[in-house]
Amino acid sequence: MLAYVIRRLFATIAVMAVVAFFVFSLLYLTPGDPAAIIAGDAATGEDIARIRAGLGLDEPFLVRFGAWVWALLHGDLGVSVFTNLPVTHLIGQRVEPTLALTLCTLFVSVLVAVPLGVIAAARAGGWTDRAVMALSVLGFSLPVFVFAYILIMVFSIELGWLPVQGYRNFGANSFWDWLRHLILPSIALGTVYIALIARITRASMLDVLAQDYIRTAQAKGLAPVPVLVGHALKNAAIPIMTIIGIGIALLISGAIVTETVFAIPGIGRLTVDAILRRDYPVIQGVTLIFSAIYVVINLLVDLSYMLFDPRIRF
Amino acid sequence: MNHGLRSFAACLAAAASLAPLAPALAQQKVLKFIPQADLRILDPIATTAYITRNHGYMVYDTLLAVDEKFQVKPQMLEKWEVSKDQLTYTFTLRAGLKFHDGAAVKPADCIASVERWGRRDALGQKLAEATESWAAVDDKTFRLKLKKAFPLTLEALAKPSSNVPFIMPERIAKTDPFKNIEDPTGSGPFKMVKSEWVPGNKVVYVKNTDYVPRKEPASWGSGGKVVKVDRVEWIYIPDSATAAAALNAGEADWWEQMPPDLIPLLAKNKDITVKNIDPLGSMGMIRFNFLHPPFNNEKMRQALLYAVNQQDYVIAIAGDPKNGKPCYSYYTCGTPLASEISAEPLKGARNLDKARQLIKESGYKGEKIVIIDATDQPIVHAQSLLTLDMLKKLGLNAEVQAGDWGTLITRRAVKEPVEKGGWSIFHTWLVGPDMVNPAVNFPIRGTGEKAWFGWPTDSKIEELREAWFNAGDAAASKKAASAVQQRAFEFVPFIPTGQFILPTAFRSNISGVIIAPIAFLWNIEKK
Repeated sequence: MLAYVIRRLFATIAVMAVVAFFVFSLLYLTPGDPAAIIAGDAATGEDIARIRAGLGLDEPFLVRFGAWVWALLHGDLGVSVFTNLPVTHLIGQRVEPTLALTLCTLFVSVLVAVPLGVIAAARAGGWTDRAVMALSVLGFSLPVFVFAYILIMVFSIELGWLPVQGYRNFGANSFWDWLRHLILPSIALGTVYIALIARITRASMLDVLAQDYIRTAQAKGLAPVPVLVGHALKNAAIPIMTIIGIGIALLISGAIVTETVFAIPGIGRLTVDAILRRDYPVIQGVTLIFSAIYVVINLLVDLSYMLFDPRIRF
Repeated sequence: MNHGLRSFAACLAAAASLAPLAPALAQQKVLKFIPQADLRILDPIATTAYITRNHGYMVYDTLLAVDEKFQVKPQMLEKWEVSKDQLTYTFTLRAGLKFHDGAAVKPADCIASVERWGRRDALGQKLAEATESWAAVDDKTFRLKLKKAFPLTLEALAKPSSNVPFIMPERIAKTDPFKNIEDPTGSGPFKMVKSEWVPGNKVVYVKNTDYVPRKEPASWGSGGKVVKVDRVEWIYIPDSATAAAALNAGEADWWEQMPPDLIPLLAKNKDITVKNIDPLGSMGMIRFNFLHPPFNNEKMRQALLYAVNQQDYVIAIAGDPKNGKPCYSYYTCGTPLASEISAEPLKGARNLDKARQLIKESGYKGEKIVIIDATDQPIVHAQSLLTLDMLKKLGLNAEVQAGDWGTLITRRAVKEPVEKGGWSIFHTWLVGPDMVNPAVNFPIRGTGEKAWFGWPTDSKIEELREAWFNAGDAAASKKAASAVQQRAFEFVPFIPTGQFILPTAFRSNISGVIIAPIAFLWNIEKK
């Protein structure tokens, strides 16, 4: 297994190198000039040219790419052309909110979706199953921002129970203060994942419930719950784990809308803001981090298969 | 309780124990302010972005400032003297001025700051051209010697909008003006807490307890900048519906600028005041590319003067006629130099027949007209769509090419024809103070390659502008400015599309909001 992990980690470096090259090339070809944005609306072309030269943006592609890669190899992701703050500092500021939002969303999603999927499979064809599937379709169909506004209107404006926006760093105030800023965003973001995980859980469970060993377990007199949880769910876990793993990666990169609506200063918003302003070092840094997270999560999901199916060996 | 649950409960208990970490903050008076944009650049000289200008007013102070009557008033200065020949200005600083790092403000700081500003700002450059030398006389006094009289010297140093000649410590002001400064040390009424700055989310300022406000009442950027809160948090909320909800729920005290469609929603809340506090508003504009057909032809530009209906533009931008009005002047309406001299083609009933006749006389051959648009900027987008509609009504071959603001401001620098990625028209807007006179009104200039995007060349307007600089008294200044406007309505460097105001909204627990073109955060009391 160790050899497999090492091979996969080496593959990660190759993947990130390709990502780095493509991102740099795409940004080079994309219209937009951070110097023009820095200078402001009233600046002249001459002002912009001087700022561009100062930032080294008029250097040839290979010179800029080479300088960036060289810095990267020294652990330096560069400095934002707008704020003059190091990219690592900007990403560092944004990791906690995104991670907290992702974990809370995942927690809520798994806690709700897996039991729903199991119940739907156990009552396949009945009204419970139909209700779960209807909710699942609704979860897929309802845009996150619409649901988010509904939640804000009900729980923040009308009832005044939860805050409209913002994020509190863990430990800055009380635990409750931290948590209450995450409840509405997690529910809003989690809806689609609840729908996704519930459907996959149901499908996977239905497949397993049709197996001979389930019939055997039922025949020897085991109660329905131990059959469902101990026998069926464990064997249905691999597709569920895969979808949860993909879900983590999607949540990290896909929380942009949620972060924008709830004004959470996460990685998603950092990325969008950087793209809109053509803050090249930040875009490049965030993309590299994202690609690394994707690869590592995929590796962890692959390794987790061994926990659920002892026959799998790497 | 199993092990997992015990661990979780222990985590909860540990986290809950962190609760009383911030009691001191709870005792403070914190003003939560939703700014118009996200602060990204800290240097108010390196950029003309209004959000950075506003940040500048928080942390820096100015030597002079204009009040609500457009009168120049001393701010950091105790007094000034002008020699009889108008060639020597002697400035004396107030006592007790200190930078945030504790160092006293000295003439060397003021000189370095004004010189840096003079390398970037258009009016500052004019002052720099007229300057022979700056010199410190003693710890409080410094002297400006001019090569030739420059009647706008004091107005230049009191310039209220971008770029504002803010005073920084000499060590910072020595930075290349084309390079962003990183250190926000100033001598203004607030100190920026840089360690709490989260770009894209929050900027924190605390009261500068060493600041000595003037005794006079606050009036625009002049007078006593008395800070009545301990801390100000700029909370940037990118989504306007969320910003409105935050204000409604009391999570913010003041929202600087709101889109017009949300006014009714906030106006319903009796704890919120929706108000126009900006007496000058902003001015929209249509800017042409003078390098290529068809708008390199004066008659084509004049034709559009007869077709533009400012009322339509104002409603499209501001939503409600109460939040704007037509302004048939090249200077901000409501300011001393504004007039309707030569504005007949732009005002009154729209005359599309006359416009079509001028288009015919121009020899327009159906060249494609490309309007570059930024859909993420509602003011630009609304104007772009209206202009497209107007051009189509005139039978012109026009299209909108939409992108974001970042793309627009890059593309407008392209000097090629439209077939090679160029453009014909773009729209933007300027705040009122940036169009009050020929010195600050940069789109009016005709310096060709050195001019603003569009690159108009018109030596006549430049001569008239120069004459305005040398005009003596107020009457002569008005006459000279009118001559510039008269020429502008012939040459049409751009077309003003009206004057509009984006209202502000604040909760009833705050008072003391200053009526001014900029949201100043001193004088504000929070209950």
